Amino acid sequence: MEHAPATGRTRALRRLLVNGEPVDVPVAPHETLLEVLREGLGLTGTKHGCELGECGACAVLVDGVPVLACLTLAVELAEHQRVDTIEGLADGARLHPLQEAFAALGGLQCGYCTPGMLMTAKALLAREPRPTAAQVREALAGNLCRCTGYGPIVEAVLAAAPHVAGPAPLGAPAAAEARP
Amino acid sequence: MIGLGERVGASPPRVDGAAKVTGAARYVDDLQPPGCLVGRTVRSRVAHGVLRALERDPGFDWSDVTFVTAADVPGRNVVTLIEDDQPVLVPVGGTIRHHDEAVALVAAPTKEKAEAARAAVRLVVDPLPAIFTLDDALRAEVKLHGQDNVFKRFEVTRGDDVERALAACDVVVEGVYETGAQEQMYIEPQGMLAAWEGDTCHVTGSLQCPYYVHKALKVTLGLPAERVVITQAVTGGGFGGKEEYPSMIGAHAALLARAAGRPVKVVYERDEDVAATTKRHPSRVRHRLGLAKDGRMLAADVDVLFDGGAYATLTQVVLSRGVLHAAGPYRIPTVRIVGRALATNHPPHGAFRGFGAPQTTFAYERQTAKAARALGMDPVALRRLNLYRDGDVTATGQTLRGSVAAHPTLDRVVAQLEQPPPAGRRTLPQAPHVKRGRGVATYFHGSGFTGSGEERLKGQATVAVAADGVLEVRAGSTDMGQGATTTFAQIAATALDVHVSQVRVAQPSTDKVPDSGPTVASRTCMIVGGLVDQAARAVRSKLEAFAAEVGLAADDPARGDLPALARRWAAARGELAETHTYRPPAGIRWDDQTYRGDAYPVFGWAACAVDVAVDTDTWEVVVERCVHAVDVGKAINPTIVQGQIDGGTVQALGWALWESVQYREGKVLNDRMTNCIIPTAIEAPELETLLVEEPYAHGPFGAKGVGEIPMDGPGAAVASAVEDALGVAMDELPLLPEVVHRRVRAGRAGGAA
Repeated sequence: MEHAPATGRTRALRRLLVNGEPVDVPVAPHETLLEVLREGLGLTGTKHGCELGECGACAVLVDGVPVLACLTLAVELAEHQRVDTIEGLADGARLHPLQEAFAALGGLQCGYCTPGMLMTAKALLAREPRPTAAQVREALAGNLCRCTGYGPIVEAVLAAAPHVAGPAPLGAPAAAEARP
Repeated sequence: MIGLGERVGASPPRVDGAAKVTGAARYVDDLQPPGCLVGRTVRSRVAHGVLRALERDPGFDWSDVTFVTAADVPGRNVVTLIEDDQPVLVPVGGTIRHHDEAVALVAAPTKEKAEAARAAVRLVVDPLPAIFTLDDALRAEVKLHGQDNVFKRFEVTRGDDVERALAACDVVVEGVYETGAQEQMYIEPQGMLAAWEGDTCHVTGSLQCPYYVHKALKVTLGLPAERVVITQAVTGGGFGGKEEYPSMIGAHAALLARAAGRPVKVVYERDEDVAATTKRHPSRVRHRLGLAKDGRMLAADVDVLFDGGAYATLTQVVLSRGVLHAAGPYRIPTVRIVGRALATNHPPHGAFRGFGAPQTTFAYERQTAKAARALGMDPVALRRLNLYRDGDVTATGQTLRGSVAAHPTLDRVVAQLEQPPPAGRRTLPQAPHVKRGRGVATYFHGSGFTGSGEERLKGQATVAVAADGVLEVRAGSTDMGQGATTTFAQIAATALDVHVSQVRVAQPSTDKVPDSGPTVASRTCMIVGGLVDQAARAVRSKLEAFAAEVGLAADDPARGDLPALARRWAAARGELAETHTYRPPAGIRWDDQTYRGDAYPVFGWAACAVDVAVDTDTWEVVVERCVHAVDVGKAINPTIVQGQIDGGTVQALGWALWESVQYREGKVLNDRMTNCIIPTAIEAPELETLLVEEPYAHGPFGAKGVGEIPMDGPGAAVASAVEDALGVAMDELPLLPEVVHRRVRAGRAGGAA
């Protein structure tokens, strides 16, 4: 374990695979993944809404599974663990089908819950490529939205589902039927 | 040339959509200038008392902490709004009036240090007796405001003596209706960032009204207008909650940054935001409605009480709107409405979507439901008999001239109820212990400022050819998620006949955009959008004249290419800016003294029907169906307009069933999202939203307000549906299971109406 003298506190250097890129981040024992992402790595797309795991705005994927970054201590993550955030959802300039659908169908207004919604929806479609509206509502029930009334968000996830393809997350069965 | 898919009336994707789905949009907490400190607020923690001293722990390391008190305010220590009664920081020797008042500020390099510093400040307070109920405020044994604790009283009368009129009615229905405090619960907490450049203060943050903050900070900082610059960052929801309070946080950040000589960011944590910032006014409305046997409404007597909290803030304006809507969208020849807002030791209540109208709408629509029951009439038929039509006269004496859609909205709802409900909706099982009922509500909402408000505001908007040759909309109106940016871009693009992507909407900043008036009161699209339309047409004429001047032939296709002409203008002549100022349509008259005349330029109209199922084991209420028809004049962007209605409807259902801020001794007990709950994706029903377009002659393309009206009526529809299911009056909101249970028990015991 290495020690960095940043702000006079012990920080361990942790290597993570963030949006597919290996990065070394200094991590203090009390720091949350949210703080490391936003303050350490400057990835401010992941939002801070309540700091106690109530709103879902900070949802990111760890090994493909949605976690609340504000409740996850960064030191809990293993070396080389995969962390996916909103910044890695698009393929370069090409938006992910979920992003396209949210923007086109009124799935966002103020946008503050949107990164967490999108990451949670991505994980849902990886394990359930053709969800029902009720399954979408259940999967997103931990992500609060105050603007839309949720209907357009559900609609956007259902509309994106047939267009989502790609490798299944670690540990999940291959979603072969999701490929166009 | 503009594509059909982008014109007014179509739904091109939001212009801010791409930034928001990629995480690129920068909210205030995402801004991190070098050397920026973390600001925190020391709060009173006593509901009423005299602040004797502020003591700093001598054992704490204060070396890297900036500490600010009222003594450090260079200008006047007030949050300038309507009355200058609220301090930016309570001074030593001054009076604390609620539990979460700011008394001092700290800033430090890290949040851990800032929080430790906040905890190292001790307050010495002599407590005073406090007021936490409307009845105690009315008794005025403790005096918080004047001799009677009445911040403001309004009275509206029409027709005969109301007592005589009621005495002549066949049936008089009477009720008392209570609603609680509701938290806006935008997902982005409030926050402001301040940085000084020389003697100019720059404040950027999460806010609805940059010029409100500007007006307030000039006074607090003692600076001329040009040395205070307020900029809106991308804002994560407002709903009224970011109308006035950003002036407070902006002042705090500016004072800390001034003292520290470095940028300071003050971003609230969730519990602090819920506890300290404004919420919807708790209310108690006593309502008497007199009718003839055939169902005609003949007289209404309404007494409205709002809990204003500790300072005047926006309360009188909220009360005004509540009073002006209190008789409902019904022809009633004799009306008396008295409204009073009272001072208490709760944190100030303030603006929240609907702005006083939801409380009085709840009362009159519950009354209408009870009247139908008392007369044995169908509730829809009773409404059809009394709803306003074009040419009718309102309680303030306003003759409705066009754009009256009370009947069309109700008709649309009735027709939709004939259709099968949405597949896959959430329902309770068919079982003996599950009771079902239906409630209906019809209502209206004035668009724009009350009375002469718009004339006083003189809102402005500019459309320009910017120095870089781009067509640009400049307005002080903000997008907090409701879609103002896209709406303005679409209006301007249609007026200019260009693509939406060829119009830029400037980020609202007081040094770059004119004062369009606040982003409130369902006025942004109708009033400011109208100015954008006019200014865009003026720019178009100038550019077309320019094309002729520079010798482009009438049939030259370049003459129709406005973006190219704009670039050419900028290269040849620099900037072109057309600014338009609001002028009310002819014939609008309002008297602030008598409260008579044209209360609003125009009204939006709505009808809502709700089907509920009540589990009589758990007393849970499930909204199984919600049909909502709203008249918007013209939907500039139907997806955005429907989003406003859907979102407002779910907030209204939340207010009806779950949302209530609980106080004990003036302290908010449920200051988190786990106990101050809002609907999740599971509770929100599959909405059946219907747009009705009854154009307004003076709105852009016929548009009028839409933001607030969906909040007004669903609460009454839910309560009437629960009453229909259980046969017991439901006269308070929210109808939490324990409330429904209490009312059913009292009803069985004969204790409730």
